[in-house]
Amino acid sequence: MNAALQLKDVHKSFGKTEIIRGVDLEIREGERHAVIGPNGAGKSTLYNLISGRFPVSSGAIRLRDQDITNRSAFEINRAGLCRSFQVTNLFHRMSVLDNVRCGALFSLGHKYAFWKFVSRQKDVAERADDILERIGLSGKRDWPAGMLSYADQRALELGVTIAGGGDVILLDEPTAGMSHSEIAQAVALIRRISTGKTLMIVEHDMGVVFDLADRISVLVYGEVIATGTPEEIRNSAQVKEAYLGTEAT
Amino acid sequence: MTAPGTFVARYGIWIFGAVLLLIMPHVFTSSFALNLMSQMGVLIIFSLAYNMLLGQGGMLSFGHAIYFGLAGYFTIHYLNFVYDDIAPYIPVSLFPLLGGCVGLFFGTLVGYVSTRRAGTTFAMISLGFGEMVTALTLILVAIFNGEDGIQTDRVVGPEPLGISYGPNIEVYYLIAVWVLVAAAAMYALTKTPFGRMSNAVRDNPERTEFIGYNSQRIRWLAFALSSFFAGLAGSLHAINFEHVGFEQVSALTSGLVLFMAYIGGVGHFAGPVIGAVLITFLNGTLTTYTEAWQLYLGVLFVAVIMFFPGGLAGLIIMHQPIWRIDTRLLAPLTVPYLLFIGALLVSLIGFIGLVELLIYKTSRLGAAHDLTIFGITMDPSGVVPWISFAIVMAVGVYAIRKAFPVAAGAWNTAIDQARARAAQ
Ligand SMILES: Nc1ncnc2c1ncn2[C@@H]1O[C@H](COP(=O)(O)OP(=O)(O)O)[C@@H](O)[C@H]1O
Ligand SMILES: [Mg+2]
Repeated sequence: MNAALQLKDVHKSFGKTEIIRGVDLEIREGERHAVIGPNGAGKSTLYNLISGRFPVSSGAIRLRDQDITNRSAFEINRAGLCRSFQVTNLFHRMSVLDNVRCGALFSLGHKYAFWKFVSRQKDVAERADDILERIGLSGKRDWPAGMLSYADQRALELGVTIAGGGDVILLDEPTAGMSHSEIAQAVALIRRISTGKTLMIVEHDMGVVFDLADRISVLVYGEVIATGTPEEIRNSAQVKEAYLGTEAT
Repeated sequence: MTAPGTFVARYGIWIFGAVLLLIMPHVFTSSFALNLMSQMGVLIIFSLAYNMLLGQGGMLSFGHAIYFGLAGYFTIHYLNFVYDDIAPYIPVSLFPLLGGCVGLFFGTLVGYVSTRRAGTTFAMISLGFGEMVTALTLILVAIFNGEDGIQTDRVVGPEPLGISYGPNIEVYYLIAVWVLVAAAAMYALTKTPFGRMSNAVRDNPERTEFIGYNSQRIRWLAFALSSFFAGLAGSLHAINFEHVGFEQVSALTSGLVLFMAYIGGVGHFAGPVIGAVLITFLNGTLTTYTEAWQLYLGVLFVAVIMFFPGGLAGLIIMHQPIWRIDTRLLAPLTVPYLLFIGALLVSLIGFIGLVELLIYKTSRLGAAHDLTIFGITMDPSGVVPWISFAIVMAVGVYAIRKAFPVAAGAWNTAIDQARARAAQ
């Protein structure tokens, strides 16, 4: 099995406190890999290290055959990795459509161009229409992103993330704060957008995790204590003790 | 794609603008008015350029006059060089392009340093560069000629199509053409990938990094392009006045363009146009009546920032959802708005009266003779004028406090009705 993403002995300290304490992790090409763990375990921090938001304190991160350790966020994104944020992170004064278009522009080669109109670019329009359709926001394309409801903002967060067409997708608690029916919709959407791609997802809802994931890693206090199929994780005594037992849902 | 409806919707405002620019000198024919309108044109371009930074890119600059002024200096020198046969002839009509390139050059240079950070750091660096360049223009006398500045004669070389740029009206039309070209170009820029990403960096620079963009690169590009148009405006300023001095690079001009953009409204493309026209008009007309014009401008600025942060354009735009649904919904707003404006005027009269009295009393010339304010002659040494203006101002402020909630309430009602109608 080829690894799409590989972390080797990754450490991260903020000041004196070590938050990530030696993580080894392999995300296989094409799999859906869930990361679970209690609040404050360091899941979002791990994402921030992988996606280039923070530099690592030590260790190495590879995206396929490229070393992306401590590269800048935009270089990592251009290499094909895209991520969403736990706290919605949009362009709030711009329209829904423009949010999605911005997500697509660079990857479609339009980069910093100031000699062509966005609205005349067929590829951008097609990509944006497709994504708006998928995230169910076609009808609100002209709304300012800041005026959307919470659930719609979460959907747009996903849309902006995948608009660049990256094939390694990192989602940070995409269903947090959603109602049951909204979660069901979101899971169906995540399943669709990750088909044929590699997905890493941080999720608290165990129903979602066991439904979606091919493999699961458990992160506790900055360490991966177990990685395996949903079956293996469910039956692991160590995981039960450290995590599932205390937070059974 | 070009059905007549969409054609008018898309280009109507531009055609209207062009016609307006064309006929204005025939409506206001005095040379004073012509000069004022030429200045307005120059400052429209400059404040639009400034808003590429502030409104579009989220960068607050306190030193954007650098590019305006340096292009002006360059223009004057080049005209003199042509006059002395040192430099090759270029038609005066194309000088603004040259000035633009000067702005672009310095903007690229300074922007490389200043746009690495946004927010406060950027603002401070811009202030520093502004002071530096102002100091240089005073120190390097051989180039900038100190406080006197440099001058030229714009009538130089052959006269293509019989245009010599001797008469001011020809300069007005030169400026008018460049206003249209520059405004159209800057508007078009907002629709490009660069323009959209400039907005994105304004809203959320961090997220742009996770969709493949280097946010510093976008700010730098915005800064350089904005400096190009600032330089273009500066060159026109030089041609118009045939003189450039250190004021044109100084904090005075940087502050003025900031005021124009803010008072006009940074959130809308046309906001700075409104600001430039209004401020230039007030500047040109009020300075003949009062010494305190700068003070009033400051008060206007503070009032807009505090009460109408969207500027004048913002005030207009907040009614857009209403008139889109039905213009008749605007009718109930008339009385409350007029009451508010009336209250504003009353308090303004009181305030201006007090300020003028104060200036008169404290100035060395404030001797025995009478003072005329608003056409009323009074004896400033007595207490009656002071008390009267104080009462007028107090009444005005009281009326504002009563009228504002009414006006705001009327707007709320109208917008609710519009929303309800839209939801049907
Ligand atoms: N930028 C930061 N500076 C200092 N501490 C941080 C920073 N980011 C996260 N932390 C700390 O790291 C720990 C893990 O946080 P986080 O990665 O958000 O956990 P999770 O996503 O698993 O809930 C928390 O204790 C948090 O306070
Ligand atoms: Mg988290």
